[in-house]
Amino acid sequence: MQILKPAMAGTLESSDAQVTVEPGDGVIEFHLQSSVINQYGNQIKKVVYETLNNLDIHDVKITIVDKGALDCTIKARVEGAVFRAADVYEDLPWGGTIR
Amino acid sequence: MIHPEKKRLRRSMMFLNCQKPGLIKDPYIYKPDSMILDLEDAVAENQKDAARFSLFHALREIDYHGVERVVRINGLDTNLWKEDIMAAVAGGCDAIRIPKTERPEDVRRVEEVLELAETRFNRPVGSVLIMAALESARGVMKALDICESSERMLGVALSGGDYTKDLQTRITGTGLELMGARQNMLIAARAAKVQCFDTVYTNLDDMEGFRKDVETIHLMGFDGKSIINPRQIQIVHDIFTPSEKDIIFAEKVVKEIDDKREKGIGVFTVDGKMIDIAFYDGAKRTISLAKASGVYKGDL
Amino acid sequence: MINAVGREIPEEIIKITGKEVFKGIHYRDGYTYKKNGPETKCVINNTGSKLVENIHQVLVKCGIKDGMTLSFHHHFREGDYIINMVMEEVYKMGIKDITICASSLGKAHDPIVPYIEEGVITQIQSSGVRGKIGEAISNGKLKGLAVMRSHGGRVRAIESGETKIDIAFIGTPTCDDYGNCRGIGGKNDCGVLSYAVVDADYADRVVAITDCLVPFPNFPAHISMTKVDYVVVVDEIGDSKKIATGAAKPTTDMRKLMMAEYCTQFVTHTPYFKDGFSYQTGVGGASIASTISLAKIMKEKNVRMRFGVGGLTKPMCDLLVNGQVDCLLDTQDFDLAAVESVKDLKHFRISAGEYANPFNKGAVVNKLDFVILAALEVDVNFNCNVVVDSNGVITGAQGGHPDTAAGAKCSIVIVPLLQGRTPAVCSEVTTVTTPGESIDVVVTDYGIAINPLRKDLIECMKGVDLPFKTIEQLRDIAYSIAGEPQKVPFGDRVVGIIESRDGTIMDVVRQVKPFEFSE
Repeated sequence: MQILKPAMAGTLESSDAQVTVEPGDGVIEFHLQSSVINQYGNQIKKVVYETLNNLDIHDVKITIVDKGALDCTIKARVEGAVFRAADVYEDLPWGGTIR
Repeated sequence: MIHPEKKRLRRSMMFLNCQKPGLIKDPYIYKPDSMILDLEDAVAENQKDAARFSLFHALREIDYHGVERVVRINGLDTNLWKEDIMAAVAGGCDAIRIPKTERPEDVRRVEEVLELAETRFNRPVGSVLIMAALESARGVMKALDICESSERMLGVALSGGDYTKDLQTRITGTGLELMGARQNMLIAARAAKVQCFDTVYTNLDDMEGFRKDVETIHLMGFDGKSIINPRQIQIVHDIFTPSEKDIIFAEKVVKEIDDKREKGIGVFTVDGKMIDIAFYDGAKRTISLAKASGVYKGDL
Repeated sequence: MINAVGREIPEEIIKITGKEVFKGIHYRDGYTYKKNGPETKCVINNTGSKLVENIHQVLVKCGIKDGMTLSFHHHFREGDYIINMVMEEVYKMGIKDITICASSLGKAHDPIVPYIEEGVITQIQSSGVRGKIGEAISNGKLKGLAVMRSHGGRVRAIESGETKIDIAFIGTPTCDDYGNCRGIGGKNDCGVLSYAVVDADYADRVVAITDCLVPFPNFPAHISMTKVDYVVVVDEIGDSKKIATGAAKPTTDMRKLMMAEYCTQFVTHTPYFKDGFSYQTGVGGASIASTISLAKIMKEKNVRMRFGVGGLTKPMCDLLVNGQVDCLLDTQDFDLAAVESVKDLKHFRISAGEYANPFNKGAVVNKLDFVILAALEVDVNFNCNVVVDSNGVITGAQGGHPDTAAGAKCSIVIVPLLQGRTPAVCSEVTTVTTPGESIDVVVTDYGIAINPLRKDLIECMKGVDLPFKTIEQLRDIAYSIAGEPQKVPFGDRVVGIIESRDGTIMDVVRQVKPFEFSE
C-alpha cells in the first residue's frame, strides 16, 4: 500500500492513541510520545512496525501520541490512519493484511 | 440443526461504542450476558471506518470471557453495512444486530452478506446469528414476519427512541407509549419461538425508574433488556433471576409431574395448588433460567 | 545492603544518612530515646508586640541564614500560598542551602522549582511531592537528598531531633496578635492545624502567618501563643476554592462502585466488623464509595462504629450526622462538609503525632480495625508504592499510608488492576513505600487477593461469594491484558530516600534516565 496523503486516526483519550501518517522519505520514520513509554515503548514500536509490514508499507512518516492504548488499539489506529491515507474504505483485506 | 446459542440467556445486552477503546477493553468484568458492539448511532459519521478496525482487533484479541459479542451494523440504507459485516464476521462475532428492520427482506439481505462473509472467513455457514431491532411502526407491525424470516434469527429488540418518534410521541417514562409495541412484538416473538428484548432506559440518574421499567417488561414476558451502562446490569439480573421460592416450587412441579406421569395421574396438587401438565414447560424454564443465572445447584 | 523488603540500599547512602536499613515494621518497638526541646526566646515584658510587618522583616528577626531548615504544613493543600511567599523572600535575600521540611508539597508549589535549580533549596523533607518539584527532584536538580516520610514518620524525625527546624511558618486561617492560631474561621478555613502542631512544639522560631487577624483571645487555640514568636498578617494565605472543595459527587463509575462493593463485602465478613469497630479511608472515588456502601450495610445490620479517623470527607462526617459513629478523629479536612463538621462536639482534632507517630507511647493508628487505602502499584509481595509513578518520577506522597497500614488490624488497598495500560499489580513495585507485611488485602476490579500471611482472614472468607484470587493471579491477568511492562531505566544517582516510619531506609529513588528504544 501507499501513503497518498497525510491522515490521522484515534484520539487523545485515555486508553487510546492518536496516529498520524504522512508520505515518507523512502523509509519508516517513527515518532512516539507515550504515557507509558518506559514500560511499553519497545512493545508499541514492535506492534507498529509489524502492522506496517503486514500492510506492506515501508515508506511513511508515522507519529503516535499514545495514552496507554493496548496493542489491539495501536494496530487499529495505525490501520485506520493508513487506509485513510490510501483512500481505501471498502473491500478491506480483513483477516488478510489486516490481522 | 438449531444453533446451540440461539436460546442462550440474554437478560442484559449492553451497548458499547466501538470507537472508544476504554469502553471495549474489558466490559466483561461487569458480567453482562451479551454486549452490543456498536458501529451505528454511537459512532460519529466520520469515524465509521476507524471504529471497524477497533471492532475487528477487539474481537480477535480480547478475551470477553463468554460474554456474547453482538455487533450492531449500520443501517441498510447506508453504504456502510456490508463492510461492517465483513469486519465483524472476520473478527469472529457471535451475532449481528440489524437496526431499523422493517420487513423480512431486510433480514434476508443481511443473511446473504453474512453467508458470503462466513465463506470468505472460513466460518461455518449459519454460525453467526441475527437479531433485528424494530424501530418503526411498520417494523413493529411486521414483527411476526421478521421473527420468522431466518433460521439465524435469535430475537427482536425494540428501539424505543425512534419508534416513539415514528408514532408521533416521545418516551414519557410511564411506558404508556410503548405498550402496544411491546405487546405486539412479544406475541410475535413467542409465536415464532424467538427471544424478545426491550428498549434502553437512558436516564441514568433515575435508577428507581429503571428498576420499575425492568420489572414491567419482566412481568410482560420479555427475555431481557438493552442497557447503556454497567450500573444497570445488576438490577436487570436481580429482577430476571428467579426467586428462591419460585425455584423450589418449579423443582417440585417438575419432579411431581415426572413422577405422576409414570403413574398415570393427570392432575394433582403441589403446595396446595392444582397442577397439571400445562405447568411443565414454565417450571422447566424457571429451572434453566435459575441454572443459567448461577443460583440453582439442584440435580434437575 | 538488602533490607527487609528486598531492596538494595547503597552503602554510600547508609553512610551519609547515618540510617539503618528497614528491618521490619516492629523492629524499633520498645526503643527508648530522649526528646530535645527547642531553643525558646522568652517574652516577659508586657509591652512588646509579636506583630511583624511582613515576611522580609520576620525572616530578619528570626535570623535567617544559609543552611537553615524551614518548615511548613499542607492544610491548604493545592491552595497554599505560604511556601511560595516565604521562599520568594528567602531567594530575594540571597540565602542559600535551605532545607525545606514540609508535611507535604504539591503542584501549588511549582514556583519554587527555580530556587531548587539555583541552590536556594538544597534539601527537601516531605511526605511526598507532586508536579514540577517531583520532576525536578527525579531529574537530579536537587543538590541534596529528598527524604520522603510518612505523616507519623515526620513527627518522629522532628521529636527525636533527627530533623532540627530553625523556623516554622504556620499558615493559619485565624490568629490573634499574640499568636493563638485556629484552623477555623477567616477566609481560608481549613478546619484543623494538625500537621503544624509538632512544628510549633519543636522549631526554634515559630511564625504564624494569617490573613484574618482576630481580637485576643482566639480561643480555644489549636496552636497556642506559648509556642509562637511572631505574627505576620498578609493579604492572602491561600486560595479557599482549592483548600476545601465542595464535597465530591459520589462516583458513578461502575468500576469504582464495584471495587467499593467488593471492599465493603470483605469488611463485613471479617470478625472486626461488629459494634464498636473503627475505620479510616482515603479520598479516592472508590474509597469514598466504600464508605457510602459501608454506611448502608451498617444500617441494615445495625452495627455502629466507635470512631472514624482521617483525612475526612463528607461521607465520613455523614456517619456522625446520622448517628452511626460515636466520634471522629481529624487530622485533615478535604471538603467543606468536613470543615463544617469540625464544629461538632464529637468531632475531635488530633495532631499528626497523636495520629501516627511510631515513636509515641502509642498512636491512634494502632487502634484502627480497618483502613482503606489506594496505591499506585502493589507487587506480588504486597509491597505498595504510593510515591513514584510508573515512569519513575516522584509524583505522590506517603501520607498516612505506611502508618495506618502498620497500625490497622485489617488494611485494604483498593486499586484498579490497570491504571491506563500500567498494571497496578506487578511483580515488583518501582519503589517500596509501604511494606507488604502490613498490607492484608488487595481489592481490584478483577478480583481480591488476601496476603498469605493472614491465614485467619483467608479462613474466615471461606464460602464468601467474592472473586478471590491469589496476588500472582491478579498480576498474571494484568500482564495478559497489557503485556509485561519493562523496567523503568534509572540512572545511578540516588536523588531521594523513602524513609520507613521508624526512620530506617525502606527504599531509594534514583534519577530518571531518558527512554531509549532497544533497537
